[in-house]
Amino acid sequence: MHEASLAGGVLRLVEQTAQRERFSRVARLRLEAGALAGVEVRALRFALEAIAPGTVLEGAVIDIDQPPGQAWCMDCSMTVAMAQRGDACPHCGGYRLQPTGGTELRVVDLMVND
Amino acid sequence: MCVVCGCAGDGGGVTMDGAGHAHAPNPYSPAARRPARTRAASAVAVDAATGDLHFGAGAARVSVPGMSQTRAIRLETDILGENDRIAARNRASFAAQGVTALNFVSSPGSGKTTLLCATIDALKAHAPQLPVAVIEGDQQTAFDAERIRATGAPAIQVNTGKGCHLDAPMVGEAFARLHGFAHAAPRSLLFIENVGNLVCPAMWDLGEQAKVAVLSVTEGEDKPLKYPDMFAASALMLLNKVDLLPHLRFDVERCIELARRVNPAISVIRLSAVTGEGMAEWLAWLDGRLSATAQRGAAA
Repeated sequence: MHEASLAGGVLRLVEQTAQRERFSRVARLRLEAGALAGVEVRALRFALEAIAPGTVLEGAVIDIDQPPGQAWCMDCSMTVAMAQRGDACPHCGGYRLQPTGGTELRVVDLMVND
Repeated sequence: MCVVCGCAGDGGGVTMDGAGHAHAPNPYSPAARRPARTRAASAVAVDAATGDLHFGAGAARVSVPGMSQTRAIRLETDILGENDRIAARNRASFAAQGVTALNFVSSPGSGKTTLLCATIDALKAHAPQLPVAVIEGDQQTAFDAERIRATGAPAIQVNTGKGCHLDAPMVGEAFARLHGFAHAAPRSLLFIENVGNLVCPAMWDLGEQAKVAVLSVTEGEDKPLKYPDMFAASALMLLNKVDLLPHLRFDVERCIELARRVNPAISVIRLSAVTGEGMAEWLAWLDGRLSATAQRGAAA
């Protein structure tokens, strides 16, 4: 359940931003958790909803985008789609793949109320 | 009723060119209540077709002078950014002191602590001048740190409570408590034994030079594919407890093939902490890592 730690990291980022930007409530929070980022999106959402009460995140709508996985195939010399680690290249069937996309794990933006 | 402003007029004056009809001045109309000061642009929605201004278009449906409504803040910030900053600080601190730090990850019961004790004992003969210290991560108890200390090496136990992994601040603090370790020698070795967990520790950079995944042959050969993030993040897979292979149905070649599917660059060493099989190859791998640290230090 490292998603609980990640949710704590999200809350801290948002609270730091609240101090800097002087807002008291978050209406909408948008995150990005790529398909290869090693995060279970349902668990992350559950953890965020669990820690939100009493914080600036209380009542916030949480959107979690999931950019698809991409990898560079060293044998095909091209970028291919990769649903999960350990998948074969859809063109050559090989496994010499280097993930290049879908590893993001970040807070994208916030809609806030003062 | 007028559909534009809701006044009680008959609306007969509405014309097709959109000029609208005239009203008597209304002291309660939005225009009359509008303060003279300039508002923040975010509090006003402008109708692109007519140029009309809509106050109170925000979520609260009202406009309060001096108070803006919903606004957007773009952050684009990595959730693990804070941890990664401290990991970079740890890494710089290790490099400055000639410390080669390795992060041992595995499921519980793979034999990490036994392997570390056997490695420390083997290093006493292999590299007698080399200081070795251990940071032990577990949810509870200091059992593992006590086992390490029994070999003569300094050890700090880090209990994470309910936490499922070590993070960079924990390692930074533990390293600071290894008083004087590494100061006396130009190079040294720091083993960080992470919490037994094949999922969560994969994401947390501690400032280590490399992650070492320990997989025991009693666990099943398909673990690299079941827990790909950990094997993707590791530079080396140590296949431990190979002395038990005669009693098991464990396909070593298939296990290595699966590990290379998720990480084509991963090195593999087969060893047994109990019989010492593979220990020479493991010590040679450690020598390579120590040399890499020395080269980085010379370059810095």
